[in-house]
Amino acid sequence: MAQVLVVTSGKGGVGKTTSTAALGAALALAGEKVVVIDFDVGLRNLDLVLGAERRVVFDLINVIHGVARLQQALIRDKRLENLHLLAASQTRDKDALTEDGVARVIEELRGKFDWIICDSPAGIERGATLAMRHADTAIIVTNPEISSVRDSDRIIGLLDSKTIKAERGERIDKHLLITRYHQARAARGEMLSIDDVLEILLCPLIGIIPESKEVLRASNVGSPVTLNNAHSAPARAYFDAVRRLKGEQIPMLIPSESRGFLNTLFMRKAA
Amino acid sequence: MSMFHFRSRSAPIARERLQILLAHERTASSHPDLLGVLREEILAIIGRHVTFEPDKVHIKMNRGKSVSTLAVDIEIPNVTPRTAGVMDRNARLTPNRSCNDSVVGLGVA
Repeated sequence: MAQVLVVTSGKGGVGKTTSTAALGAALALAGEKVVVIDFDVGLRNLDLVLGAERRVVFDLINVIHGVARLQQALIRDKRLENLHLLAASQTRDKDALTEDGVARVIEELRGKFDWIICDSPAGIERGATLAMRHADTAIIVTNPEISSVRDSDRIIGLLDSKTIKAERGERIDKHLLITRYHQARAARGEMLSIDDVLEILLCPLIGIIPESKEVLRASNVGSPVTLNNAHSAPARAYFDAVRRLKGEQIPMLIPSESRGFLNTLFMRKAA
Repeated sequence: MSMFHFRSRSAPIARERLQILLAHERTASSHPDLLGVLREEILAIIGRHVTFEPDKVHIKMNRGKSVSTLAVDIEIPNVTPRTAGVMDRNARLTPNRSCNDSVVGLGVA
């Protein structure tokens, strides 16, 4: 049974696309058949983060408008044969997405994949509401920062009212993914802590992604962080999140960059 | 040192500001005009069966911590439903009848 997962946040720049790529790759590595869909029409970036920007011929809008068949628009990842991308259109505007069209595409994908991950655009307009429309599960990406938390609260309200599941009176599974977390700063009271965010949003936690230079390094080279450096702290946090998503109970740790004592000493000297 | 330390602890302020703001936004955005909508729908249903003066309708909501109450008071003149439409104007004008007005109360948790 296919799972439709929306990665959403309300606020821009909190890590939706990075997280979509990292989670998609981690699920594919776990043997699941995955498609990631970019809903950010006009401002697509998932192709770039996945390193597939030069391979996009047809996109989601082309499929919706009958210009291309779904099979022609699906781009298979060069590193992971289980991972596929359905890009957004870069030239059209967001009104090119239609409710019926999205419904047809999701329905067809349900028959082909285990996981359909919808990368939502920022905001609460058409692209964002259509990305969440068919979701069974939602991951709300939140930074420990006031504007991000406020927007996440708004998005949680939309997930509970505007999705098909919500309209049928069913429950949509919502999970909070806290990104760019800096444990030391939270401990010093400079940054909202995990407990603060959870208490305010009242939503179960699926993972804590620590602030790390590995995330930027991975996107620079067009590779999900879970593929580019699987042993890095953010990658391990994403792998844990995926195991929880698949129903495993594992303790919530905040992975840190592990450096040996000598290594630390050496790095200090080098710096 | 102590002042420096105090300045760095801005997270509790962020947390408090968010809690106040979201408590307000959650009630506002879930139903921008809950009372207005309820008033209209309740009046439409009652209006199908009896006639009443719109300005004799009082709707009040009290928000509590765990339970909120909704009180609706509608004065309805005592006339038989069958002739209510015809009698409406007269009923309002007859002092005797308005003395016997009923009050409909409705409590919602």
